[in-house]
Amino acid sequence: MNKPNKVLILGSGALKIGEAGEFDYSGSQALKALKEEGIRTILINPNIATVQTSDDIADDVYFLPVTPYFVEEVIKKEQPDGILVAFGGQTALNCAVALYRAGVFEKYHVRVLGTPVQSIIDTEDRDIFKEKLDQIGVLTARSEAVTTMEDALAAAERIGFPIIVRAAFALGGLGSGFANNMDELRALAQKAFSTSDQILVEESLKGWKEVEYEVVRDQFNNCITVCNMENFDPIGIHTGESIVVAPSQTLSNREYHKLRSIGIKTIRHLGIVGECNIQYALDPHSEEYRVIEVNARLSRSSALASKATGYPLAFVAAKLSLGYSLAELKNSVTQTTSAFFEPSLDYLVVKLPRWDLGKFSGVQRQIGSAMKSVGEVMAIGKTFEEAVQKGLRMLDTGRRGFVANKPEPIDLADLDRLLSEPNEERIFAINEAFQAGYDVERVYELTRIDRWFLQRLYGIYQLSLQLASTRQQGGLDALDTDLLRQAKKSGFSDQQLAVQLLGPAEVKANEMLVRARRKALGVVPVVKQIDTLAAEFPAQTNYLYLTYHGTENDLEPETDKSVVVLGSGVYRIGSSVEFDWCGVNAAQTVNEEGYKSIIINYNPETVSTDYDVSDRLYFEELSYERVMDILDFEEPQGVILSTGGQIPNNIATRLEAAGAPILGTAASRIDEAENRHKFSSIMDELGIAQPRWSELTTMEAIYDFVKQVGFPVLIRPSYVLSGAAMNVVSNPRELEEYLKLAAEVSAEYPVVVSQFIQDAKEIELDAVADKGEIVSYAISEHVEFAGVHSGDATMYYPPQRVYVGTVRKLKVIAEKIAKRFQISGPFNIQFLEKNREIRVIECNLRASRSFPFVSKVSGNNLIKKATKVLLGQHVDRDASELVYDLPFVGVKASQFSFTRLQGADPVLRVDMTSTGEVGCLGDTAEEALLKSLLSVGYRIPEKTVLMSSGPLTSKVALLESAQVLVQRGYTIYATHGTHSFFAENGVPSSLVYWPDELQEPNALTYLRERKIDLVINIPKNTTKGELDNDYKIRRTAVDFNIPLITNARLAKAFIHAFTTLKLEDLSIKSWKEFKAQTEPVL
Amino acid sequence: MENAKSVKLILEDGTEIEGQSFGAFTSSAGEVVFSTAMTGYPENLTDPSFAGQILVLTYPIVGNYGVPGEELYESISRIFESDKIHVAGLVVNYYSEEHSHWHAAKSLGEWLAEYNIPGIYGVDTRMLTKKLREKGAMLGKIVADGEDVPLHDPNQDNLVAQVSPDGVQHYGTGKNKIVLVDCGTKTNIIRCFLERDVELIRVPWDYDFTQLDYDGLFLSNGPGDPKMCVPTIEHLQKALQQDKPIFGICLGSQLMGLAAGGDTFKLKYGHRSHNQPVKLTGTQRSYITSQNHGFAVDTATLPAEWDMLFENLNDGTCEGIKHKTKPFFSTQFHPEAAGGPQDTEFLFDQFLDEVEKYKAGK
Repeated sequence: MNKPNKVLILGSGALKIGEAGEFDYSGSQALKALKEEGIRTILINPNIATVQTSDDIADDVYFLPVTPYFVEEVIKKEQPDGILVAFGGQTALNCAVALYRAGVFEKYHVRVLGTPVQSIIDTEDRDIFKEKLDQIGVLTARSEAVTTMEDALAAAERIGFPIIVRAAFALGGLGSGFANNMDELRALAQKAFSTSDQILVEESLKGWKEVEYEVVRDQFNNCITVCNMENFDPIGIHTGESIVVAPSQTLSNREYHKLRSIGIKTIRHLGIVGECNIQYALDPHSEEYRVIEVNARLSRSSALASKATGYPLAFVAAKLSLGYSLAELKNSVTQTTSAFFEPSLDYLVVKLPRWDLGKFSGVQRQIGSAMKSVGEVMAIGKTFEEAVQKGLRMLDTGRRGFVANKPEPIDLADLDRLLSEPNEERIFAINEAFQAGYDVERVYELTRIDRWFLQRLYGIYQLSLQLASTRQQGGLDALDTDLLRQAKKSGFSDQQLAVQLLGPAEVKANEMLVRARRKALGVVPVVKQIDTLAAEFPAQTNYLYLTYHGTENDLEPETDKSVVVLGSGVYRIGSSVEFDWCGVNAAQTVNEEGYKSIIINYNPETVSTDYDVSDRLYFEELSYERVMDILDFEEPQGVILSTGGQIPNNIATRLEAAGAPILGTAASRIDEAENRHKFSSIMDELGIAQPRWSELTTMEAIYDFVKQVGFPVLIRPSYVLSGAAMNVVSNPRELEEYLKLAAEVSAEYPVVVSQFIQDAKEIELDAVADKGEIVSYAISEHVEFAGVHSGDATMYYPPQRVYVGTVRKLKVIAEKIAKRFQISGPFNIQFLEKNREIRVIECNLRASRSFPFVSKVSGNNLIKKATKVLLGQHVDRDASELVYDLPFVGVKASQFSFTRLQGADPVLRVDMTSTGEVGCLGDTAEEALLKSLLSVGYRIPEKTVLMSSGPLTSKVALLESAQVLVQRGYTIYATHGTHSFFAENGVPSSLVYWPDELQEPNALTYLRERKIDLVINIPKNTTKGELDNDYKIRRTAVDFNIPLITNARLAKAFIHAFTTLKLEDLSIKSWKEFKAQTEPVL
Repeated sequence: MENAKSVKLILEDGTEIEGQSFGAFTSSAGEVVFSTAMTGYPENLTDPSFAGQILVLTYPIVGNYGVPGEELYESISRIFESDKIHVAGLVVNYYSEEHSHWHAAKSLGEWLAEYNIPGIYGVDTRMLTKKLREKGAMLGKIVADGEDVPLHDPNQDNLVAQVSPDGVQHYGTGKNKIVLVDCGTKTNIIRCFLERDVELIRVPWDYDFTQLDYDGLFLSNGPGDPKMCVPTIEHLQKALQQDKPIFGICLGSQLMGLAAGGDTFKLKYGHRSHNQPVKLTGTQRSYITSQNHGFAVDTATLPAEWDMLFENLNDGTCEGIKHKTKPFFSTQFHPEAAGGPQDTEFLFDQFLDEVEKYKAGK
């Protein structure tokens, strides 16, 4: 075997819709596989919150954009002899194809390991792909690849409507959709052409089943399919948007193996070495099929398949790309049998997507062939009923399962549409339909979801009726053990039982009654192992789940001292890979300190759910019920809640009340920090200032309060009809407009109104305390002024423009808070600073989103320290202060996925909308900022910038930047107000008209014609006309993939950075090289 | 489903498991074995190799796609692996009574009832599988309505004699004349031959085929202990003296081993699955195979002129043998699949190539 010595791996960058945590998992596995071989590994990935960019995983990490320029620079410097391009999603693949075409690999003698780039191109270029499959008689959907609008229309004419449009070389189905007529096609094609030069016009297979296989092949032509998966939703919905089951449920042996054989034949013909995914459409009325696509790389589906089966696809794929044969590798679960086998499951998994569409104003709620979901969950059960109900709870959207949810006002007239037009709530509409008397057949006609799945859901619905009828007969006491067991086998939670048996009120209290009764009746779940071979061979696996379909636990409770770490659950906006990093680090520290680690988590996109990260992995719900089931069984020494984000915090009080050994800050303190009223009075008591706020229940009270504090104010209604839940309003008219959106203001739905301090600096402190004493901390500074959610903000660490005196004051406040809440473990405080006056916005008694960023930049792992504290180790107060002497700067920037969210207004607000982040290092703040913004998709503009600079303050703020741009030879296009303001101040700009002025040169025309390289659009006010105009500019910029900035401070910083630094000025330095510049102080 | 009647599964070690009845509400005894195949119950249940066995399926949800109606082709079934259900009973975790498939004609329960075969669901099949794995395949019975039946070891019976046909049948008019010794053949073996320009002479297990005029000999799969097939082995020994190509599958492989002078033994719990990895000896080529057997050839006992052809990558057992010089080979696995992976169907082509070569050299 001709093994390379030094291998470069491309990561996938920031988490975005269509490319999320699964690639942290894949990359980490690949790095592990290479490390085992003694190969030196270099990783390029700007995503600083990932596990793969942690110490000791790759030998060297470059926090740089995964773009051809930077990758070539790293190759030039590092001279690797091999490169892995299949582990960083579409980002890495696209970058690799560009480098291959430019001859870079050849020039530097870098061998592409695994699947050859030509095979990748063969799968990505629709025409070639189809031709390749035609060669072996494998059927693909009738389609034509076109490069012009005229050809697209002509192709549709030949194929016939309905048709589907896809963009070639796009991740997550970007730019694709269905068209029923020429007009729809024209609109779709225009958008698709903006992301790709080539688009595909295809026959629509709506209503066909969608089935996928994960195929692995070695260089000796040995081939296996590790897993097949069936989409609950028929074709037409992107597989990332579908509910998916593994293995397939409705395919006969003939269908299963026909598709399997075609997959193997196809993958052999394409010459893939490693892992790939093949997607099919299967006619529900015959054995007719079409191959939809092949992903010649690790994918979301492969991560899911790995978790679903226990077969480590990425690890094996990495080994195969080094030249091993499958038969030479061992099944890492049994350690004795071969990796050349196909897992047999004795359970099924259900994957469900999580959407956060409610976070975006203006977004289209329908789902289809392009991805919009931001996360996913995987539920394991012995039946579909058990798994799907688990999964619906795991989504953490307040649902208790398929049934027994809070009644939601649903318009029955709208029901058929909700069923026939796929949307995020469709599965609940199915329940509504059953309640409205629809039978399985009618729901099938509307949804085309296979009747088998609908029958299962109908069974759950019927069972819920049976349980409800018990309520009349005496509720819990009258409950028959068999019925109880049947309900639990069908995935009913204790809360669902409480609702059905005892009514919709006091659910949490009643849940306790159900639990007690259930345990008294001996109805408890059993622990089962996932072992890849359905128990055929003994396996020492620690990969576990709970089910009510069983009478025997597969293993005994852990007998050594153990600690449970609760994971962070589903990725959603506001909580993603950064908490996975926290959980993994906590589990590692638990092990280092001599305990067995037990992780509970259910997110298939994570490293923490890799079964070799902990001693035991429970792939399970993070609900009170399930966590208690596991604690009852394992009886661990402790439970760590504070590294898993908000989900574990939400059950802290109940776990503590049940006697769970929670490590660290007491649950009652957590409650004091999370309850707005309690927290506020404690701040008053400590003499710490906060922006004034009040919780109000009437309109009059709102106006009164605003009179006291003055505009602007921040409003948070409990219930809004659509769009962002929070907003800042600056005058009575805006207040009125906004409150119209709040459907109800009442005692039940109060509105929280806070004083909004303008032009205030936002500063964050991430820290660890031990019994009320701070032992370590990190302070970071936002680039944007307060008003941009901290999860969307750009952040400097260490802070660049914060007075030493301010830092001292922050520390004093933090110390007071730590003491008052007797904090043990990680915590985070957000501050506002204006005119050296400091206010506290909020305090989280848990690790925050920025922990990995500050930990990695400072070299001071706050989670390790926090975990030691939690385990009762003494941790000395460290010299955190000295970190300010770092000779380099870290900048964290946010990744937005607005391109994928059709219609959504791409503007930064108080509510978080970013889907991911990066963190880059530089010798100066400008360098780090530029690297990080380039990493999240910004480009240095070539010639032109379009500016609408918003209110006067931001006009003033941007004046100097505009001047610099002009000096550097940029042409500035400006809308009216900005144009006149710049003119008055001696800065030349060209006027473009607002969209609604319908006059040329119009801003929209320039955007569509790509005459603009960068758009700076600062929202001015919320009047209808302004809103529409601004929105149109922003949305068009996003739709045409033109970089957009909507915050004046960030715009200024970006302009300053790219006008003082050229691309070539950005240093190509590894993390270790940066660290070597400093004396270790910690 | 809620009103399903209770039935018990009782094992020879005294284990009693209560579950619900589906299929026929009746009692039945046999050898309890498990299969880890995730699809293919219509194929599995009609595989004559399962004769006398109570089958435990490890995949927990069974019945989803119902059972297709019968269709005939050349007087054999196009759908099933024989003309009836051969298992003595079926044990599952969850039975899906409602089913959904364009090809389904009835439910699994209805089909079992038609053949008076009992099924039991609501069983912790993983627990049961682990028990069978640890203690080995066990005798057991499904008991309905207190109607007890004695335990019965089917391996003491001549199961092959029970499932083998009575007379000789001819199929097809192809250019190569193949004798198929039917010890309980799966229909797909016949289909695989008929798709390949063959005239097939299907003979009973104890038929003296040596008197027939043929170009190649095929030994089928079948149930039970190969050593029961004394007349087949005797006829086979005569055939081994000649040079006409011989191909055996499963029981056929064991018979070839015995006829060659080797020995067979009973595996602790057998191979019954669709995911068995085998390696072609002396190469880097491996295949995923469909298997259903409780006995295997002991390679150590093979005479010097025989080699192991395939090896099981999981446990190293013999997955096929071949003669060093003559065109005789066999596989312990099922190249005809149905159910299971179709990756080794090319072995039928290889066999027929040997037949062509033999004919050319004659």
